[in-house]
Amino acid sequence: MRTARPLLLSVIIAVAPGCSGNQSALNPHGAPAIHVEHLIIGTVAACTAVWILVMVILGLALLRRRRAAADSAKSEARLTMTVVAAVVATGVIIAGLTIASFYTTRSIGGPESAALTITVRGQQWWWQIFYASSGATPGFQTANEIHIPLGEDVNIRLESADVIHSFWVPSLAGKQDLVPGRSNSLLLRAEKPGVYRGQCAEFCGLQHSHMAIVVIAEAPVDYERWAAAQRGDAMVPADPDAAAGQAAFLAKPCAACHTVRGTPANGTTGPDLTHIGARQTIGAGLLETTRGSLAAWIADPQTLKPGNNMPMVPLTSVELQNISAYMESLK
Amino acid sequence: MGTESVTEKANVNPASALMVAGLLLLISSGGVFGWLRQARELRLDPPGVSDLDRFRLMQNGISGTPPESYFALGKVYESDAYNLSQGKRLYSWFGCAACHADGRGGIGPSFLDGWWLYGPEMVSIVASIRDGRPHGMPAFRDKMTIEQIWQLAGYVQTIGSYTPKVAAPSRNDDKHTRPAENRGPAKILFDEGPAGVHADQGPSP
Amino acid sequence: MTREDDSELRDTALEATELDRRLTATWATPPGLWGALSTVDHKIIGRRYITTAVVFLALGGLLSLLMRLQLAQPEARFIGPDRYNQIFSIHGTNMMFLFAVPVMQAMAVYLVPLMVGTRSIAFPRLNAFSYWMYLAGGLLLWIAFMLDAGPDVGWFAYVPLSGPEYAAGKRADIWAQMITFTEVSALAVAVEIVVTVFKQRAPGMSLDRIPLFVWSMLVTSFLVILAMPAIMIASTALILDRLVETHFFNPAEGGDVLLWQHLFWFFGHPEVYIIFLPAVGMVSTIVATFTRRPVFGYLGMVMALISTGVLALGLWVHHMFVAGLPRLGESFFTASSMAIAIPAGLQIFCWLATIWAGRPIFKTPFLFVIGFMVIFVIGGLTGVMVASVPFDTQVHDTYFVVAHFHYVLVGGAVFPLLGAIYYWFPKFTGRMMSETLGRWVFGLIFAGFNLTFFPMHILGLRGMPRRIYTYQPEMPWSGLNMLISLSAIILAVGFLLFFIDAIRSGRSGAPAPSNPWGASTLEWATSSPPPPYNFARTPVVGSLEPLSDNPDMLPVAAGLRVDCRELLVTSVVEAIPEAREPSSGDSIWPLWAALATTATLIWSIFTPWAVVWGSIPVAIALIGWFWPKGTSEDDS
Repeated sequence: MRTARPLLLSVIIAVAPGCSGNQSALNPHGAPAIHVEHLIIGTVAACTAVWILVMVILGLALLRRRRAAADSAKSEARLTMTVVAAVVATGVIIAGLTIASFYTTRSIGGPESAALTITVRGQQWWWQIFYASSGATPGFQTANEIHIPLGEDVNIRLESADVIHSFWVPSLAGKQDLVPGRSNSLLLRAEKPGVYRGQCAEFCGLQHSHMAIVVIAEAPVDYERWAAAQRGDAMVPADPDAAAGQAAFLAKPCAACHTVRGTPANGTTGPDLTHIGARQTIGAGLLETTRGSLAAWIADPQTLKPGNNMPMVPLTSVELQNISAYMESLK
Repeated sequence: MGTESVTEKANVNPASALMVAGLLLLISSGGVFGWLRQARELRLDPPGVSDLDRFRLMQNGISGTPPESYFALGKVYESDAYNLSQGKRLYSWFGCAACHADGRGGIGPSFLDGWWLYGPEMVSIVASIRDGRPHGMPAFRDKMTIEQIWQLAGYVQTIGSYTPKVAAPSRNDDKHTRPAENRGPAKILFDEGPAGVHADQGPSP
Repeated sequence: MTREDDSELRDTALEATELDRRLTATWATPPGLWGALSTVDHKIIGRRYITTAVVFLALGGLLSLLMRLQLAQPEARFIGPDRYNQIFSIHGTNMMFLFAVPVMQAMAVYLVPLMVGTRSIAFPRLNAFSYWMYLAGGLLLWIAFMLDAGPDVGWFAYVPLSGPEYAAGKRADIWAQMITFTEVSALAVAVEIVVTVFKQRAPGMSLDRIPLFVWSMLVTSFLVILAMPAIMIASTALILDRLVETHFFNPAEGGDVLLWQHLFWFFGHPEVYIIFLPAVGMVSTIVATFTRRPVFGYLGMVMALISTGVLALGLWVHHMFVAGLPRLGESFFTASSMAIAIPAGLQIFCWLATIWAGRPIFKTPFLFVIGFMVIFVIGGLTGVMVASVPFDTQVHDTYFVVAHFHYVLVGGAVFPLLGAIYYWFPKFTGRMMSETLGRWVFGLIFAGFNLTFFPMHILGLRGMPRRIYTYQPEMPWSGLNMLISLSAIILAVGFLLFFIDAIRSGRSGAPAPSNPWGASTLEWATSSPPPPYNFARTPVVGSLEPLSDNPDMLPVAAGLRVDCRELLVTSVVEAIPEAREPSSGDSIWPLWAALATTATLIWSIFTPWAVVWGSIPVAIALIGWFWPKGTSEDDS
């Protein structure tokens, strides 16, 4: 508990740049997470009370002064009554907690009613995200960043391309696994605009530690504007550096794994880069998106995230600069 | 009673103590060795990687001399389970199956028929992938890094191997179309038909 | 037991010294390496088992220090992800399969025959075999780790990560086959314990006079027998998937990845109780001795043990609450998981009542029991928390769960175990452990443990997932992680001091009398350490506390042969003598059988043909083992 202060400070420091966002079950801003937080607080309070009670009794039992010769038969009977009462009390508390748990599950509800469905496909070690087409509006693909309209139920469909992952954005909702061969769903509903960080919660191999996702909850108007921008093809680079970067991107192995819609690059192994410049992070929450971090990542992905599937592509420093400029321009 | 139990103790304790001490010694010395031993190589130094490009091929494009660094690495692309399994993932990511199917061939030649158009050496396979070959094999020089090409080549060699390698990957979590690489599919399939898989193949190896 | 036969030498015919000499000649292990390798004395094997398990504890502890070194700072680069994944996988596997379960069973191997007043464990050669198998499995895991082929898929090795496509090399196979080794040995010991308890109890030790430790080991052994086959099937299916392309866990061919989780946790949850229930027995024994009165509510305790055992088999799904199972089924498992708090609570209340009514003596073993109460109650309560589905969706696979199960397993099992080692050390070695050092050990471990693991609850709620080899500097976790890593040093110093105390006391501790604590169970009725034949004459039991009724004079039964190994078989319920049963002598064949089995199992990681060809040496070893010796059964 002594560390609570510095901890709080570091929370504030961490939130300040805005890229890491909240990642705490105790700081909920989504309807399901709020329900669960109430349950957490209630259960922890009840359990703490029980623990203190047991410890007080233990302390008394250890330290009480003993009378010389107690009436053993009578005191045994009294002890029996006490133990039976304690067991009954345990049963009552347990039953209460069980009922509270059921009611919380019910109040969270399922994602059946949601208007918007987003498919999240777990990959080693990033999140592939599909927004489905509806009617005339085409769908689109992005990675490691979800935008959701504020105050609306959103159904997150969870699938896996390889091993089991777990989608967990603690400030919005509890976690749910992404299981190969199955499809799970999870209800998200943000009550406050913000950037919510999440992280894979099921051990999924070498880079399980660096598999974060960002959920951005914004007003429906902003969301629509973002979605419209995402549906469009990639911007044609205006700046000469970026144009040279595009040429290098297409000539080098980059295009074999990544898609940039509107260009010949149509690889499907790595994340879709059509609007990477507009995303807050790269490398699944590894670094904030800046030209410098893009260059660092492209230059040596295996040092920043050892074992990930992006190879170190040999580039000249000019090529590296140009490609980073191009990436940054893909707003 | 007391004296016997002491002798019993004296008789047995040294031996069990010896065993425990031996166990400890074995484990701790092994621990040191293990720590010194290189872990899976997730990142090669750039000079080492670029050296992988410097192999020499014979005039006819078949066989040749692998680069120095290949031996320095301990021929990991042929024998290391991690590299072979990476090669297997590259095989599917880079669409090899579009022409070579699951290794039995389609538009492109089969790897399982005991018939290597350019020989089964790693250098030949690497050259085929990197530079392409006549009759439709595209060059992957600009699509993959050279390290990936070596990984993929090691995997391709494994599919067509007649003696299953211990380090070979096993089946995928997909439909079962042919025996897994660690079962020596080439050997199994070669033995299957009376005519052989390849029209002009010679006697069984 | 009154029948006399002149042709055989019976213990009734001899006076004490001569009897002692002749029994020693019959039961003692011959000196030298050969004797050590071929002995079937349950005390020697038990001691060996305990020592080996404690060695594995120390090694597993070293791994945890490495993990804490890496996690002390964000984005530290002491250990890369590949090595870190091996380290935490081996830490978990080692602690569960090579330390916790074996050490509990090992305590039983040593103590149960003494506590029920018999001369040897049932199936002593199987016992020797089980130790060698256990040792081989442990060596397999650790040598693999040294060769950089250590499992890197976590201690529950979820498919498909551990399956053929995603786990390259033989790492996952080594994990799966190590399971086979330890399960074979655990099952063998479980069978021995059940038979020893059912059929070899001293005359008069009816079911309601069995010491609570023995009851707890009986329930544990049944749990082992019921739960462990599930994991053997699962790990065998995994090896088959990886080696010969079966499709148990391949969804594309009709397999199911959740099948693995069901099979694993059908074993994995009872596993917790397999570790915890023996600790219940240890705590009960220590509480009774150091409060100078019998445990309150014997019947209630036994019922709690049995109902915990039954419930333990019905709540595995609470490990899968976020896997996407139907909500109704999950609610059932919430209820059953919560319900297990009732028998656990009953046990706690009974101990509290015992302490309340007794007159506590604050010796080291009792201190560990107090520490157990403080810590285990927290672990139990956080267990109630994670039993709730919505609560669990937030804390599952986070450091909250890491904290929870360390509170349950270290608080609930290691603390009682340390207390039990301080308690029974005089019996094991004939020497006392240091009381002064013991207090330091307790203090350091208690403080170090809580400082290390309590903050993990908070880290989990603040969003830190488990099994990450590093975290980013912008996450608000670095302060607590540094605190945890520093506290881990205190914990490690506590354990180091414990090892020093144990080694020093084993060499030169004060000599222990037969019954240093004034305890009331039968193991204290013989010398410290016990003679090879345990009891010169089989004790007769008239109550739950045979030694407190009449500390100086214990009634005995006689009539067993002294010129060959023989023990008394009694009835299951009332422990009425039924027969004299020969007990097998020393043999090297269990070692050969274990070596042959080891070769077969390891070889079968590489080729399925190993099962065929490897069965030949196994068969030869078993033929040697069971070769008839020409001594006839002698029932009376």
